[in-house]
Formats: sequence, structure tokens, C-alpha cells
Amino acid sequence: MTALLTKTGAAVAPPVERKEAGWRKRDRWWGLVFVSPQLIGMIAFVLLPFAVGLVLAFAQWDGLTQLTWVGFANFQAQLADPVFLRSMLNTLGLALITVPVGLALSLLVAVALDRLRGRTGYLLLYFAPVMTSSIAVSLVWQQILRADGPLNEAFTKVFGIPGPDWLGDPRFVLLAVSIVTIWSSMGLNVIIFLAGLQGINPNVLEAARVDGAGPLRTMMQIRLPLLSPVVFFSTVVAVISSFQTFDVVFILTKGGGPENSARTIVYQIYDEGFVHFQFGMASAASIILLVLTLVVTAVQLGLQRRFVHYES
Amino acid sequence: MATSLQQRPARIVRLSPRRRPARSVKMSRIILHVLLAVGGFLMVAPFLWMLLTSFKTLPQILANPLGLFPAPWNFANYVDAWNAAPFGLAYWNSIYICVLTVAGTILTASMAAYAFARIEFKGSKFLFILFLATQMVPQQVTIVPLYMIFSKLGWVDTHLALIIPAVLCNPFAVFLVRQFIRSLPVELEEAARLDGAGRWRILFSIVMPNIKPGLAALSIVVALGAWNNFFLPLIVLNSENQFTVPLLLSQFTGQYGGINYSLVMAASAISIVPMLIAFLIGNRRILNSMAMSGMGGS
Repeated sequence: MTALLTKTGAAVAPPVERKEAGWRKRDRWWGLVFVSPQLIGMIAFVLLPFAVGLVLAFAQWDGLTQLTWVGFANFQAQLADPVFLRSMLNTLGLALITVPVGLALSLLVAVALDRLRGRTGYLLLYFAPVMTSSIAVSLVWQQILRADGPLNEAFTKVFGIPGPDWLGDPRFVLLAVSIVTIWSSMGLNVIIFLAGLQGINPNVLEAARVDGAGPLRTMMQIRLPLLSPVVFFSTVVAVISSFQTFDVVFILTKGGGPENSARTIVYQIYDEGFVHFQFGMASAASIILLVLTLVVTAVQLGLQRRFVHYES
Repeated sequence: MATSLQQRPARIVRLSPRRRPARSVKMSRIILHVLLAVGGFLMVAPFLWMLLTSFKTLPQILANPLGLFPAPWNFANYVDAWNAAPFGLAYWNSIYICVLTVAGTILTASMAAYAFARIEFKGSKFLFILFLATQMVPQQVTIVPLYMIFSKLGWVDTHLALIIPAVLCNPFAVFLVRQFIRSLPVELEEAARLDGAGRWRILFSIVMPNIKPGLAALSIVVALGAWNNFFLPLIVLNSENQFTVPLLLSQFTGQYGGINYSLVMAASAISIVPMLIAFLIGNRRILNSMAMSGMGGS
């Protein structure tokens, strides 16, 4: 009732103004009160650890004995360590395989599902791996990828030659991890792309059709450009999450695979910090990971200007 | 990236077809269905294989590696897997961690989101940008100092280390709820405001009930994350009676399972049952919430 009156009646205006003013004063405090739980959490569990991590990266510390400052020695040691370099290459390689292939496959599936009836059934199938814990998934794939496992049985039957030892041969381990990663994350990207495609105004597509654009042209010149912000965003997220690959490597390859062929930076952080208790080394590795993430994201943001189309 | 976030209001996208274009069945459509079905089969094949293997005995697997179906079906693996490790306890741990995390996150995220969406206070813009920025920091970068903070607080090997940071720090949730609240008309709150309701009351009895579908979607995302979390439990939990389901399951590679494939598969099946049941019941809502999480940005 009062709300209606305020909209139309000038008579009630003065008391409203007084109340409003009182509200605003008290609201300053309410704002901080409401934000405080999350603010405290952000300070205690992100900003503070982040600052400490920056400091630790320049120290040598095992958590028990005296902390000593070592300057850039941790970074130098990491960057001179063939194991760390391998983990960095693996991390980049993993992103190079999983992001383009995973997103392209997801996009194909999403486009196929976009105007299809009964797509919910397919969605359930494609989405099942996303729901499942990475540990269960890795255990199952570990069995499937065994040299004498079902995948190689099928391989032998189809091609007549024995399949590779996916998890035992250093040349194939990263590929195996990539397959599992793509398989388990595809459903999420399918859903996100599909939502983007469904959000496209049908009038635009209709207009294109009236103007004589065929399905392929509509796809290349209308659907994909309109979807490009979603694709861009998914790419950034996919790169960042592939940089953080740990669970699959931890289980599938029992800690990095033969000759560290699938060791990732995050595995290195875990290994230095929580297996060998070299907290300074682990922090240095994690700062390198952060820098890598920031650089790649910045490059992507730069590319976005050229390739991403925003509706104005 | 901020612009792409701003331009996209969080909304529920209908993934089930409403309008059905009347068209004749075309050859291309059939091919499409066949390809999608093959792809779909590849997506669930590992699960099917897991189920089939979990009902076999080890001698059966070794004697006939090509055989698909167990003969006879053997249910003992499930009993063995359940008894080999404290699964009951791990289930309880995971469930209550999940529930507390979801409830707490909804509360704190709604509070912060309401402040950012509707209250003008000093520094709110700066704080909000700071919230968005912290999302960029990978958890692994903060994990070593975080562990030290936990050990100072006496939280190592307790579930507090899993629940409290998750509840008190979820910038993505704050961002998403803020989007929901911004989509509500301000007039909705004004009546209550003029009647003298405080901000607290407005949040609880007007704002939150009106964004229930959004909060439900967020709950699903948060619950999934809490249930499947592995990295943090691996680092902070030591005693087996504190283990969550994924952490207990990870022990099956060495300690319990070894090369007993069928036991490992039964344990994996046991571990994924709750999420799969939840998915089968609420699949539409889950798919929508995930579609929305992509729009909101995480």
C-alpha cells in the first residue's frame, strides 16, 4: 500500500524522505556488517595466505627449523630443475591438448543438440562424468587404460596390433591424462554452450533465413559470432582449470607417471610442500604457476578484442 | 572479462524444448542422432564397464578379459569394499560437511551479495572488484600458507578446515547471488522498508524467498564442489576416521585395492551413488544451474 502511495502521492513525500535519510546513515554500517563474513574469509583464507606465500617463496623453511632468507634461490632452483621444467612442459602440453579438443568437441555436440528434440536424454549421458568425483573417474580409467585393459582389447580387435601401454609408456601417459580430462569436463562445456545457443534471439536467425542464408552460413556468421563471448569465457576457464590439474594425475599415474611424464606444476607444489616439506620451494613453484596463469589470461584478453563479438 | 560478466545477467535457461518445429524426418537428422548416441555411449561406457566389472570376481576377470557380462553376478565385492574401509563413516563425514557448507555459503553469500546489490556504503565498489579479483588466485598458490594458518588455529585433521574457508570465502557465490538480487525490482523491498523492516528482515523475508530458484541452483553447485573436493582434504586430513568419500576412495589404489580390480570398481560405484541419484532426481535443475554457473562465470 505504502509503496503505491509513494509512487503517486506527493502528500507522503516529506516523511518518506526523512526515513530514507535515516536509512542511508544506518546502511553504511549494515553494508559492512553484511559483507563482513565473506570479507573476513577473503582476508584470512586468500589475501593473507597469498601475502605469506609471496614471502615464503624467498625463504627456505621446512616448517620446523629456523627460516632462512634465500632471495631468488628457490626460483632459480625450480627453473634449473629438470623435474620442474618437465612439469611445466606437461602442464602447458595438457592445456594445448585438452582445451582446443575439449572445447571443439563440446561445441560440436552443443550445436547438434541445439535444435534437436529429446535432447535431455543426451544431455544426461554427456553430463554424467561431470557429476562424478575425479577420484572415482580416475580409478575407473586406470583400469580401462591398463595395458591388458578393455580399451586395448578393442584396439587389438579393430587394428590387429596391440595397443600402447597408456599408463606405463612415457610417450602416452600425458595423452591418457588428456583423454580422461576431456571426457570428464566435456559435459559442462556442452551445457554452457547450449545455454548460450538457446539464448540467441530466434528473430535474428529468422531474419538471416529470410535473407537467404543457408545453415552453414547462419552458423559461421551468426551463431558462432553471437556465441563468441561464451566460447571466450569457457576458454579462459578451461585454461585456468587445466593449469590446476592434479586429481587425475595423482590417481591415474600414481604421482606423475614414468619419468615424470605426466607430472604437473600442481603435483610439483604438492610434492615439494606436503611430501618433502620444502615450503619455500613449493611457494616458488606456486608463484610460477600464478605468473603463468596471469600471462596466459592476459594474452587471451588481448586476443578477445580481435575475435570476440559483443552485442551492443 | 569484467564486461562480459556484467553484460550477462544470470538467468535460467530453458534446456528442454518448448517450441517444436514441425518438420519431416530428414536423413541428416537420423545421422545426427546416430553420432550423438555413439558419443553418448562413449561418455557412459566407463560407468557401464565399472558396473559390470564390480560384479565379477578376480579369477573371472583374469580368466576371461574379453568377457563383458559377469557369470554369475557376484554381489560380494560390494560387501567386501564396504567392509574393507570405513565407508559408512566417510559417507557421514561427506554428507554433514556438504550440508553445513551449503547452508553456510547460502547465508554468507546472500548477506554480502545483498550489500553489494542494494546498499550504498563506502568502499563497496572497491571491495566488489577485490572479490572478483581473488577468484583469479588458484587455490594451489595459497595452499602452503593456508596449511600453516590451519595448523595455528588447530584445524589440521579436522573438518573445520574444509567447512569454514568454504563458507566464509566464495566470491563466485557472492557474484552469482548479486546477479539474482539485481534482477529483482527494488519496489519489492520498498514497502517493507517503509513499514520499518530492517535490512536483516528485508533480506530474510523478502529478498531470499524471491530468489529461491537461484539459491537452489547455487546450492547444487556448492554441494557438488564440497562432495567431490579432493585436494584440500588430501592435505589437511590425516586420520582415517576423518576421511571424506573421495579421500577414502583414493586409498583404494594402494592400501585396500592393490590389483583387486573388481573391489576397486565396487568401491568406486559405492562412492558415486549419492551424486548419481541426486542427478537422476534433479537433472533438469542441475543442468540449468550448471548452465547458469557458466553465465555467471566461474
